[in-house]
Amino acid sequence: MKLLPLVLANLRRHRLRTLLTTLGVALATFLFASLRSVVTTLNAGAEVASASRMGVQNATAIVFPLPLSYRERLAAVPGVAAVTWANWFGGLYGDGKTFFAQFAVDPETYLAMYPEISVPPGQKEAFLHERTAALVGKGLMEKVGWRLGQDVTIRGTIYPGDWTFTIRAVYTPTVRAMDDRSFLFHYDYLYERTDHRATPGWYALQLSDPSHAASVAQTIDAMFRNSSAPTKTMTEKAFNQSFVTMWGNVQFLMNSIGMAVVFAILMVTANAMMMTARERTGEVAVLKTIGFTDRTLFGLVMAEASVVTLSGAVLGLGGAKLLYAGTGFNGFGFLPGFDVTPATLALGFGITLLLAVASGIVPALRAARLSIVQALRHVE
Amino acid sequence: MALVELRNVHKSFQRDTQVIEVFENLTLDVAERSFTALMGPSGSGKSTLLNLIAGLDRPTSGTITVAGAKVNAMPPTALAAWRARHIGFVFQSYNLLPVLTAFQNVELPLLLAPLSRKQRDERVRIALGVVGLDDRLQHYPRQLSGGQEQRVAIARAIVSDPTLILLDEPTGQLDKRAAEEVLALLQRLNSELHKTIIIVTHDAHAAEKAKQVLHLEKGVLAA
Ligand SMILES: Nc1ncnc2c1ncn2[C@@H]1O[C@H](COP(=O)(O)OP(=O)(O)O)[C@@H](O)[C@H]1O
Ligand SMILES: [Mg+2]
Repeated sequence: MKLLPLVLANLRRHRLRTLLTTLGVALATFLFASLRSVVTTLNAGAEVASASRMGVQNATAIVFPLPLSYRERLAAVPGVAAVTWANWFGGLYGDGKTFFAQFAVDPETYLAMYPEISVPPGQKEAFLHERTAALVGKGLMEKVGWRLGQDVTIRGTIYPGDWTFTIRAVYTPTVRAMDDRSFLFHYDYLYERTDHRATPGWYALQLSDPSHAASVAQTIDAMFRNSSAPTKTMTEKAFNQSFVTMWGNVQFLMNSIGMAVVFAILMVTANAMMMTARERTGEVAVLKTIGFTDRTLFGLVMAEASVVTLSGAVLGLGGAKLLYAGTGFNGFGFLPGFDVTPATLALGFGITLLLAVASGIVPALRAARLSIVQALRHVE
Repeated sequence: MALVELRNVHKSFQRDTQVIEVFENLTLDVAERSFTALMGPSGSGKSTLLNLIAGLDRPTSGTITVAGAKVNAMPPTALAAWRARHIGFVFQSYNLLPVLTAFQNVELPLLLAPLSRKQRDERVRIALGVVGLDDRLQHYPRQLSGGQEQRVAIARAIVSDPTLILLDEPTGQLDKRAAEEVLALLQRLNSELHKTIIIVTHDAHAAEKAKQVLHLEKGVLAA
C-alpha cells in the first residue's frame, strides 16, 4: 500500500499513453457488456416464453408474409386451441429519430393469447371497438410524452402514406422481458387500406397441450410444404429468438465480436506495458539496489497493469450498466427488458483480471529477473 | 575486525566464449569510519569491486564480509533486505526516478522499513537538510541541477542510516563547482556523522579529500 504512490507516479509518466490504454480497455469492456447483454436479454426473453404457444412464419424468412387464409387451416389442426396473427408495420414517427416497433394485430385474438399484455378493462373496450385505435406500451407513452386520446400520425415505409391512429389504451407488461414500448393497432385497418396486400407476417398458436408441440409443428409444416408459402413452425422461445435474429446467428456474431475486441485490447495493453517496462530498465536496477526485492518489482508492474485495466473496466462496465439503465434502452423494441446483468459484470471483471495478468506478466517477470549489474552496464 | 573484509576474492565474467578475469585473488580490509577513495584506469574493476561489496553481484569464489554478514552467501531475498538496511549506493547517473519528487525519491528506502508516515517524513527532511536541499522537497529531478540531483541521491543513500555508503564516480558528470560541493558533503558525512564511505573516482583532486586512497590496476590493489 505504501508503494501505491509509486505505481500511480509511474502511470502519470506517459499520461496520454495511460489514458489511451485505459480508454481502450473501457471501450472494449463496454462493447463486451453491450454484446453480451444482447445475448442474455434474448435468452431471458426466450426463457419467459410460454411453452403452450407456438409461432408460424414463412419458411424462407420471417420478412416474407403468409396468406390470410392460413388462419382457418391452422385453427383446424388438432391440438391448436386458438390462432392469432400480426404484422410488422415498420413506420416512422416525427423526424424519424424516435424508433419504436409497430405491430398490426388482430385485437381480440391477440390480447386473448397474450395475457401478459395487461390493459385496463375500459381502455381495452375502447381499443377493440374503434378501427383506427392504437394500444401503446406504458414505456413508449412516457418516452414520447403522449396522452391517452391523442392522435398520432405514422409515416408508412413498407405501406406508404400517413397513418393516423388515436391512442385509446395503454398496456403494462406483467413480465419484465416483455417490451413496454410497442405500438399496436388493428390489422383490419391495415388490410383494408392496402387493398388486401398486407397479409399476416406471422401467426401465433395456442396449444391445448404443450407436450404435443413437436407433432403440431410437423403437421402444420407438412400441410403447407407444397404450397406457395411453406411454413416454419416453432416454439415461442425459438420464435422469439428467430424474430430478433432474423439477420443471422446473433449469438455467434456477438460472441465472436466480443472475443475479437477483447483480444485486440489485449495486444494494445500488452504493448503499452512492454514499452513502459523497457524504458525503465535503469530504474528497476536502482530500486533493486535500494533493496526492493524481485517479488516487489514483479508486484509493482502487475499493480500498474491492474490499475490501468481495472479502471478501464470500471468505466466501461459501469458506463454500460448506467447508460442502458438510464436511457431505458430496448434495442428499438427488439430487446425488451435490455439489461446488463450482474453475471455479465462479473464476467467482464473476470476477463479484465485475465487481461491484467496477460498484459503484465511478461514485463513483470522481466523486471523481477533483471540483473542489476547487467542493467546498469547498459544504461551507463 | 574491519567493517569490510574481502578474502581471496576471485571474479570473472563470461562473455560469449570469452572469460574475463577481473580479480584473481583479491584481499581487502576497510575500517569502520574510514573514507576510502578507489582509483584506477577504466576497466580495472572498480565498479565490480563496489558491486561485490554492496551485494549487487557475487564473487566467483572467496568471501566478502560486511559488518559480520557473509554477503557472498546470502540468498537473494535476504540480500535485498540486507542491502536496504546496510548499504547506501550512489551511481554516476540515473539515480533518481524521474516521476518522483526529491522527497519521494529519498523516501524510497524507508518504504521498505516498518516506519509510520510521520517517521518517514521526519527522516526524509533530515536527510535532505544534511545535503542542503530542504527547500527542494517537491522538485522533480528535471527541475534540479546535476549537482543537486547527486545530492538528492546522497540523501537517499544516507536516509536509512546505512552501515556503509558506496559511490561509483558520483562526480563524473558534474562541473567542477558541483563536484566540489558533493565532495565537501561527503567529507562532512565522514568527519561529523562518522559514516564509512568508499568512493570510486577518476579525479586525483577528489581522491585527496579521502583519508585513504587505493589504486586498482588490472584487478590488483596498491595503496
Ligand atoms: N556484467 C559484466 N559482464 C561482462 N563483463 C563485465 C561485466 N561487468 C564488468 N565487466 C568487465 O570487467 C572489467 C571491469 O569492469 P568494471 O568493474 O566496470 O571497471 P571500471 O569500473 O574500473 O571501469 C571490464 O573489462 C569489463 O568489461
Ligand atoms: Mg566503473
